[in-house]
Amino acid sequence: MNRSILGATAWLLALSLPAIAPAQDLLIRNATVHTLTERGTLEGTDVLVRGGRIASIGRGLAAAGATEIDARGRPLTPGLFGGITALGSIEISLEPSTVDNSPPRGPDSSQPPVELRPEFEAMLAYNPDSAVIGVNRVEGITFAMVAPSATPGAEVIAGQGAVARLDGSADAGQAASRTLFVDLGSKSSAAGVGRAAQFMLLDQAAREAKPPGAMRDGDFRLLTPAGRETLARYLGGGRIAFNVDRASDIRQVLAWCARQGAKPVIVGGAQAPQVASQLAAAGVPVILDPFVNLPDSFDKLGASLESAAQLQKAGVSIAFTYLNDGTHNARKLRQAAGIAVANGLAWDAALAAITANPAEIFGLGREFGRIAPGYAADLVLWSGDPLEVTTVAEQVWIAGQPQAMRSRQTELRDRYRPGTR
Amino acid sequence: MAGAANAADAGFAADPYPSTYRPAASSTVLIRNATVLDGAGGRHDGADVLMQGGKIVAVGPNLAADGATVVDAQGRWVTPGLIDVHSHLGVYASPGVEAHQDGNEATDPVTSGVWAEHGVWPQDPGFSTALAGGITTLQILPGSANLIGGRGVTLRNVHATTMQAMKFPGAPHGLKMACGENPKRVYGGKGRAPSTRMGNVAGYRQAFADAQDYRGQWQKFERELADFGSKQSGKRRKGDDTDAPPQPPKRDLRLDTLVAAMDGDIQVHIHCYRADEMAIMLDLAREFGFKVAAFHHGVEAYKIADRLAAEGVCGALWADWWGFKLEAYDAIWENLAFVDAPANGCAIVHSDSEEGIQRLNQEAAKAMARGQRAGLDIPPERAIRWVTSNPARALGVAGQVGTLEPGKLADVVIWNRDPFSVYAQAERVYIDGALVYDRAAPPATPASDFLLGQPSAGGAR
Repeated sequence: MNRSILGATAWLLALSLPAIAPAQDLLIRNATVHTLTERGTLEGTDVLVRGGRIASIGRGLAAAGATEIDARGRPLTPGLFGGITALGSIEISLEPSTVDNSPPRGPDSSQPPVELRPEFEAMLAYNPDSAVIGVNRVEGITFAMVAPSATPGAEVIAGQGAVARLDGSADAGQAASRTLFVDLGSKSSAAGVGRAAQFMLLDQAAREAKPPGAMRDGDFRLLTPAGRETLARYLGGGRIAFNVDRASDIRQVLAWCARQGAKPVIVGGAQAPQVASQLAAAGVPVILDPFVNLPDSFDKLGASLESAAQLQKAGVSIAFTYLNDGTHNARKLRQAAGIAVANGLAWDAALAAITANPAEIFGLGREFGRIAPGYAADLVLWSGDPLEVTTVAEQVWIAGQPQAMRSRQTELRDRYRPGTR
Repeated sequence: MAGAANAADAGFAADPYPSTYRPAASSTVLIRNATVLDGAGGRHDGADVLMQGGKIVAVGPNLAADGATVVDAQGRWVTPGLIDVHSHLGVYASPGVEAHQDGNEATDPVTSGVWAEHGVWPQDPGFSTALAGGITTLQILPGSANLIGGRGVTLRNVHATTMQAMKFPGAPHGLKMACGENPKRVYGGKGRAPSTRMGNVAGYRQAFADAQDYRGQWQKFERELADFGSKQSGKRRKGDDTDAPPQPPKRDLRLDTLVAAMDGDIQVHIHCYRADEMAIMLDLAREFGFKVAAFHHGVEAYKIADRLAAEGVCGALWADWWGFKLEAYDAIWENLAFVDAPANGCAIVHSDSEEGIQRLNQEAAKAMARGQRAGLDIPPERAIRWVTSNPARALGVAGQVGTLEPGKLADVVIWNRDPFSVYAQAERVYIDGALVYDRAAPPATPASDFLLGQPSAGGAR
């Protein structure tokens, strides 16, 4: 795990996989196993889970005392990524008392100086009991980025997020996944911080985080002491996710990160195909929304359903997120993946974009997103093609534990099912 | 007074902005050997579809027509053109910049005098992407900031330079009303009524009470006018001086719309999430004598599915949107299927979204699959009605579109496979028998003027 960015609040985040009580061993028999490894897809294959992790994969496995499940040939995938979300930190989007994912406003947000708070940690608000998590977990989502959202009036740096494992535990945050989120482009421009000003502020923040010479307290205009410590860690090789769409802005991000020593991830990236070769050469991944094909802003001119396929073809690592309420409907990501397939992306690449790739991008590539020995036994057994809209998750396991396939929504369904009232 | 003549002669639903839509030239087309879902509840395997003169002529095996353009649809599925009862394309156009915020006249809670069609920008790139999803007819509604937001307009999804050239000939207007959180948030936040659900209902009632009074004034005027006419002709016969004619009431555009709704000349569409609020709106409709065509968004419609079916009110619903506000908290996947289940149930998949409108078929697929798992018998030929004939019914255009019955307008989609799939794509779309979209032959330039000459122009597919 990447320990270098752990700060004073590291106690919040699990240093290893959550200490769930050791589960009974689990043997899933006769599945179509999508391993997301070089072994590819294995038909008629068994998966043995011991101590919450994948123990072995093969045919005719035996394990005395293990709970056995007959998959009857149905697809088994790793638990899915839910995208860039506010899971656990927003219950109802338009109820401010249930919205906890933004840093505080400055004393007068309409006036400079802008205040940037990189030290903000979205996971501090994380509520593992949120009904929104339960609704998405029964759809096969087992891990998601819990990200901050920029406060109007304090744009540009939104704060830090981390991947949560959606196991219902309080220590769901994955330390290695911590990421700083930066908003660039028209979203901040519309709030009065134009593009050139955004990069000016980023440069000034970087200068405060890594002061070139003696600076006195009065010289620090943007960052608090905690903010300076936080940003310094990210500039020393940490992961910074940039919400950005326009090709020219993406080029500026690449240049800025090269100067500062930060490791960028592009989120959104509607025009990323225009700079695909630069992104591939720099090893910069793109987390995109395959639904986006209309310019909801000038930054997204040229957005296309074929973006995922184009980026993949150019050698860019891709993962998916759902930008239009990706919190409540994180579960739409597998439809997003299917749409990418319908528009030219290989099926295996689409599944990777909601499993192995996001795990890799967020530093969890040896824990989540694959079915391989030693990996977390976060698994989903599907009724059919997992990317198909008529398919449902039959059973979800996290750390080998079967999850109750119930949510607030299934309770409502059963209360109002025709013929039951 | 022209206004008086207008209201009195043509009724309160008179349309001074009439359709100039003309169907594009079409040839006789014979689609061969497809799996056909006819929108009327039928499924025809290995069937042909014959279109001539812009109309459906027949669906069945082994059709023949001299000189027809034959389209081999082996392995393909054919459905009626899809219909969206709830779109804001054109009034909240892409790009979603400040200049394009034309969907909510949020300056007064009752703006029944405004018409969505006067804000529709035909160059919205979203019309083309919706067409690629098989949408042939759509209703553009005002937003939900207001208790009574104004009139909606039903459009044919053809590229045109003017709104009138898209306007569905003869389709009635819609009336957009909104329950619950949005109006009280918008106006409560401005320190004026309504700020509560109580205030919402008082607002609708006062508006319709005013409309009743207004209708009474016009009825009185018309009686006086008739009376006046006979009296004056009597006086004229006797050679007496004639009196001054009676004066018409002052024309009120807000009340014109409400009277037309009460008269049944405008279809009433109500944005309403909660079951208890829908029940109140049904009582409101009874109080003032109007009919609700559909509750839109209706996240809790499943809780009163029997009542909606008994009253003949459709539920225009999403498959999976939820949680963005409290009144959308009780969503279930099975909402559409449960609303569809009772006898006379009318479930509609709607979009309210430039994204969702591109794949109403997939939204229907999700709801169909969840309904099937909940034990309901929903074959594809039934579920396709949620995006074809049921929305046609709610829009008041079921006589023209929504099924492939002979004589209907030839709005037809050829899908590359079973449309209830994430991989399904519309290969060809016909409107009035004219081929308006062909995936195999995309146009060299985008339909929207706005996209012309932009980066990756033509990329919005």
